Amino acid sequence: MKIPVKALSTFAVLGLGMSSLAACGSASGEATSGDTLTYWASNQGTTVEDDRKVLEESLARFTEETGIEVELEVIPWTDLYNRILTAVSSGEGPDVLNIGNTWATTLQETGAFLPFEGEALEAVGGQDRFIQSSWSTGGAEGETPTSIPLYGLSYSLYYNTEMFAAAGIEAPPETWDEFVDTAKKLTIDTDGDGQIDQWGVSLAGSSISNNAHQAFVRGLQAGGSLFDENGEPTFASDEQVAGVKQWIDLMATDKVVSPSNAEFTGGSQMVEDFAAGNAAMFFDQAPAKTLNARGFENFAAAPVPLTNPDATGDEATMSHVAGINLSIFNETDNEEGALKLAAHLTSDEEQVYLNKAFTALPVLTAAYEDEAFQSEEIKLKQEILENNAKPMPLISQEGQMETLVGTAMKNLFAQAATGTVTEDDIRKALEDANSQMAAAQ
Amino acid sequence: MIETPGFRWFRRIGLTFLFILVALPLYVVVVTSVKPLADVRGLFTWVPSTVTIEPYLEIWRTVPLAHYFKNSLIVTTLATVFSVIIAIMAAYAVARLNFRGQRSFSLVVLSTQMFPGILFLLPLFLIFTQIQRTVGLQLNGSYTGLVITYLTFTLPFAIWMLAGYFASIPRELEEAAMIDGTSRAGAFIRVVIPVAKPGIIAVAVYSFITAWGEVLFASVLTNNDTRTLAIGLQAYANQTDVYWNQLMAASVVVSLPVLIGFMLVQRHLVAGLSAGSVK
Amino acid sequence: MSQLVEKPPAAGSEPGTPQGPAPAARRKRKSPFAYILIAPAVIMELLIHIVPMILGVWIAFLGLTQLNIRNWLRAPFVGFDNFVAGLDPNGPIGGEFLASFGRTLVFTVIVLAIVWVLGIMAAVLLHSSFRGNGFLRTFFLIPYALPSYVATIAWAFMFSQRDGAINKILVDDLGLLDERPFWLLGGNAFWVTVIVTAWQMWPFAFLMLLAALQNIPKDVYEAAAIDGASLWKQFMLITLPMIRPANGVLLLVMSLWIFNQFNVPFVLFGAAPPESARLVSPLIYQHSFSNWNFGLGGAMSVLLLILLFIASVVYVRMVLPKGKDID
Repeated sequence: MKIPVKALSTFAVLGLGMSSLAACGSASGEATSGDTLTYWASNQGTTVEDDRKVLEESLARFTEETGIEVELEVIPWTDLYNRILTAVSSGEGPDVLNIGNTWATTLQETGAFLPFEGEALEAVGGQDRFIQSSWSTGGAEGETPTSIPLYGLSYSLYYNTEMFAAAGIEAPPETWDEFVDTAKKLTIDTDGDGQIDQWGVSLAGSSISNNAHQAFVRGLQAGGSLFDENGEPTFASDEQVAGVKQWIDLMATDKVVSPSNAEFTGGSQMVEDFAAGNAAMFFDQAPAKTLNARGFENFAAAPVPLTNPDATGDEATMSHVAGINLSIFNETDNEEGALKLAAHLTSDEEQVYLNKAFTALPVLTAAYEDEAFQSEEIKLKQEILENNAKPMPLISQEGQMETLVGTAMKNLFAQAATGTVTEDDIRKALEDANSQMAAAQ
Repeated sequence: MIETPGFRWFRRIGLTFLFILVALPLYVVVVTSVKPLADVRGLFTWVPSTVTIEPYLEIWRTVPLAHYFKNSLIVTTLATVFSVIIAIMAAYAVARLNFRGQRSFSLVVLSTQMFPGILFLLPLFLIFTQIQRTVGLQLNGSYTGLVITYLTFTLPFAIWMLAGYFASIPRELEEAAMIDGTSRAGAFIRVVIPVAKPGIIAVAVYSFITAWGEVLFASVLTNNDTRTLAIGLQAYANQTDVYWNQLMAASVVVSLPVLIGFMLVQRHLVAGLSAGSVK
Repeated sequence: MSQLVEKPPAAGSEPGTPQGPAPAARRKRKSPFAYILIAPAVIMELLIHIVPMILGVWIAFLGLTQLNIRNWLRAPFVGFDNFVAGLDPNGPIGGEFLASFGRTLVFTVIVLAIVWVLGIMAAVLLHSSFRGNGFLRTFFLIPYALPSYVATIAWAFMFSQRDGAINKILVDDLGLLDERPFWLLGGNAFWVTVIVTAWQMWPFAFLMLLAALQNIPKDVYEAAAIDGASLWKQFMLITLPMIRPANGVLLLVMSLWIFNQFNVPFVLFGAAPPESARLVSPLIYQHSFSNWNFGLGGAMSVLLLILLFIASVVYVRMVLPKGKDID
């Protein structure tokens, strides 16, 4: 009868605990003290175990330099957000952790993370070392960032060079119209059985985040935006509808996307489709590793086509600023050590090492001098990240926005796969999402 | 029951239908688990082009499955054992003794069945946190927290089942033992429990299955060290790839202990439930 | 509302004061031994179910969001705001909640019907004796023993439009359909959720009903057969009435489980299910754990709880014989 006794005492204490709650509002957490730090890393590579090996090597160098041990936990994506929630609400978390950079503003509002200003900012070498677009994802505009960039990514267009050559297409498309034309040329029935077996484009119609990214980029290119300057949602503005329509139309009216893509829930299925030769083009952030792992080499990267080729500023956006940021938990007992770890992971050498291992983009301009980042693909993606990328809206309900817009588009793709989608359908879907968003704010 | 030819035909057709219904997904899981990854991509095939046990070897490297296995075994076994013990005690009181608040106790325990899990997921976590801060008893991310959570989930049904079972055991059995000088507790342990074995097994199986597959609470209450199998399975599908063959192989591995246990006690299960549920 | 909030603590606290003078002892003598026996169960229920539920109800009255989750004790009290938002049929949040609530009701009725029909069919067929009976009894229980995640992910794999086994059977092998339908999108998503949930749950109904059948004396059937009653008549006139008590409880417990179903829709569709499959539990999860609007999520759960409570009480009063709750 061990448990009942234990439980009894627990219960007795629970009563005590509840009555003295007010007194101990935010007790100190378990954040380890002295010479050990806890680090929660997001899953970047192909498996959690692979990531652990990559990171342990880097952390060993850190321990050697500083004498501080690091307890590493690589957390799968499905768990990370919930784990951060538990850490924030309980005050028991790691000292240093990774966050999706689109969560930065939400998490900033919790007040659980250390602001990077003054000495903290100096400890990581100041803002100017970083790629400025990546840096801008660190928190809400006009606020001191509570996260700093760690890994960078950006969308570009990937195309099958063999299929392009076979169709006599010499250069990748530069404008959206050219892109759609090219896609139409590449959508063919190769074996003459009356069924199209090579499609122009592959996309993940059921991926909430991919859809939301496209709504953001295509909307900006069309002169729209998801939110106006007062922070009110404008999902259903004429420009925004036009932008989303471009994306949906790839399946609905241009017929250059296989209807089966409406069901793809993640980028991996899209990459698989491309690697299997079912599609000639797709937009993605870092598929090279997966493609190489399948022995697929006939591909090249190009800039994301623009609606208006002469556009500048927002209308020349090709990607959102994708990536992972790093934050320090306020409740850490070892702020100095945590900052050292942040500095280590964003140092020139470690940025080269880590981003090479994870096929991501360094977030420091200096790191690109390394020979690992001289390929055309990387240079292109760096260029897009630095000059043609805008952060997703820096609002606390960013996640909700992605869910609402992404789901609306998922439903439109479902409709397109089996029937027709009109402009009114798109407008209606975005209006519904808009009113949900407004109600949530 | 006298069987007519019509009934026999109905039985054949009905059972064949149910057999296919159950077997189809199981077949898909097993056959996918022995296919090479390249085979799994693309259209499903009934027969693998090559049979490989590679997925069964790789699953341990892709995800620390052995570690999760150990965690699940510890948590589930402890939760089952304590759930059964606590349920036996409470059920005996409900079935045999009279106490003030008996009806309220029964009603409240049963009504917790209708609580939606998400209603108290966050509150439970916050309470565990407070206990931790106040007395230093580690509940979040520890076996203890998960064990007491799971055992409580299964208590209402277990108490209800066992109370029915105990009620079906003639009082005379115990009374005879007590006349012989055995105490009430002694009579309970020596006479009632052996007779109630099938019911106890049924309840234990129910507790084990419930705890073994639970995902929602485990996702919040566990950490790296205590993560359970059901959560670990999700790691075979990540952003860059879904290792379908490994996921299916791991599913087979995860399901095996439960299935084997099930087969061992299957006979007692129906007997246990039949006495418990109906009374 | 007040009923719900007050009931658990009032009931739970009774066993805690066993030593007081017992007023108006009913029926038989009371045994203090009983309180020792139920103490562990009471403590566990309080710690894991009752106290968190009370806290959950309290949270439903708070504006608990990411702004104050760190100091959740200081989250502002917002009265019934969350309930108003959750119940306003014209607002986008309330509209969605009520729609998904109605959908979940329909879902529960359909799944329950399928589960019960499959369960009673298997129970009656396996209650008779024939070769292979033992094997099938065990085999049919496998879906229930399988971890829910495993079963659901396997079905999701099978329902894939282009590559899945279901479309392979329907289109390629049997040629029943010309086009490959989408199962995980649009209206079909609802039926997929129904099928997967029912597949996992029917063995439980089978098990309980089989157990109930064991208790029907054989001679009742024999007498009926001599009187010339057909098997169908025997089923309607003997089997069903005899298993009624067990059946009543089974249907109640199962409908509560189905109504609160979270795993299946969540594993199938994640945070963004197609509208047809947006059940209430994942919706609440989304408000609480994706959007971090815990007050709103809490209010929705409380509304859910109240409705389930009322429905259960009505059901128990109407269907179950008096005094048959637990003892």
